[in-house]
Amino acid sequence: MQTRLSSKLVKAAVIFSFGISATISTSTAAFAQTTPDAVYQGLGGKEGINKIVADFLPIVLADDRIKHAFKETDMERLGLMLSEQFCALTGGPCKYSGKDMQEAHKGMNINNAQFNALAEDLQIAMEKNNIPSSVSNKLVAKLAPMQRPIVTK
Amino acid sequence: MYLKNRVLQSAIISSFAIFCQQASAQATAPASTPTSADTTSSMRPDMGKLTATGGVSQLEGAGGGGLTPWALITGYGTRDSYGANVHYTQVNTQDYGLKTYGVAVGIADRVELSLAKQEFTGSLAPLNSLNIQQDILGIKVKVAGDVVYDQDSWMPQIAVGAMIKRNNGIGGLGALGVTNVKQLGAKDDRGVDYYASATKVFLEQSLLLNGTLRMTKANQMGILGFGGDKEDKYKPMLEGSAAYLITRKLALGAEYRMKPRNLSVDNEKDYYDVFLAYFPTKNVSITAAYATLGDITVFNPTNQRGFYLSLQAGF
Repeated sequence: MQTRLSSKLVKAAVIFSFGISATISTSTAAFAQTTPDAVYQGLGGKEGINKIVADFLPIVLADDRIKHAFKETDMERLGLMLSEQFCALTGGPCKYSGKDMQEAHKGMNINNAQFNALAEDLQIAMEKNNIPSSVSNKLVAKLAPMQRPIVTK
Repeated sequence: MYLKNRVLQSAIISSFAIFCQQASAQATAPASTPTSADTTSSMRPDMGKLTATGGVSQLEGAGGGGLTPWALITGYGTRDSYGANVHYTQVNTQDYGLKTYGVAVGIADRVELSLAKQEFTGSLAPLNSLNIQQDILGIKVKVAGDVVYDQDSWMPQIAVGAMIKRNNGIGGLGALGVTNVKQLGAKDDRGVDYYASATKVFLEQSLLLNGTLRMTKANQMGILGFGGDKEDKYKPMLEGSAAYLITRKLALGAEYRMKPRNLSVDNEKDYYDVFLAYFPTKNVSITAAYATLGDITVFNPTNQRGFYLSLQAGF
């Protein structure tokens, strides 16, 4: 009984340390490039972000799940605002000058499926620009909590 | 009996294949009406969750990893919709085989219902005709958190669940007069597992962590019955999963599942696996793993290891 319990504890410890070491190794990987603008640089800086957004918007406009929501949108301004926002969120030298998320999506009746569709289109745009998943996930991590002000349906 | 199962199995799989085709056709078809926003409130499945966020199908049919249920609700339906899938899983070790197949639905990204059948077979004499079957009805309810949106806090997605299990008896040991798990020392051939799972995706680190606490009396998940000659009490068992999200369609991970030791004929061991799960589309996932299941009976003290392959199709 004694040995069984201790072997269980050892096994639990092994698994736990696996999780911890996986976390540590990924976060040390993050540390290796830990300048405050690491994600911004990972996206290719201002130029890279502009390219991602330029690819992102046509994907959105071709997406049957959400394209209807952009019928009356000034896409040029949206592109500028998104570039600014992504740059600011990832530590780049920009200041987001647009409306806050709640204000910007007011009355649009957006649901989770539409919010996720947009996120997916952004992931596809980043894939198209060969952004590694470890970097694109960091941008999505910044955007995901915006579900709360944006999704009202 | 065997034939009937086969027929049932292929009927379930083919009917779901048709369902899935229809669902994906709807998802990709151009919106035919100008007010396509209205389609989200229809009864069509929205397939609105992000790829992989319904998990795969674990060995007892619940949405999760391979060995362990996760707090994720299976399928791709958001809180405004529903999702469903079928799965087929096969594990082959040196001397045994285990397959699980079943169906599961996720309702409003809140409730998950699953129905699975397990078939455990032997390939080494004298257990080469061994065939033990078990039915599992699962229910899971998400109680807190969101695995995707809560990226700015430590809050995981949390769910509680139960697995109602019925062991259908032992085939292939008739010569020994053994037809029921109770003859091997189990106290019961029916049992219920209760569990709570917490699943957290750290997108910043591309990491998924899951912890599950299960109250159970099940021997080898119930394949050898519930409770035993050594112990017959519910005990807490810890299960854990960690996965690295290589891309949004590919995850590499490892799992651990603690097991009780209630039977003197079964020096039951904890389960482990390493897995690679691939989600080419939201309709299909493939999980390949290498699993260690321990020695299943004291009569064959070989540590059972082998490959695990699981397919899931749904929406």
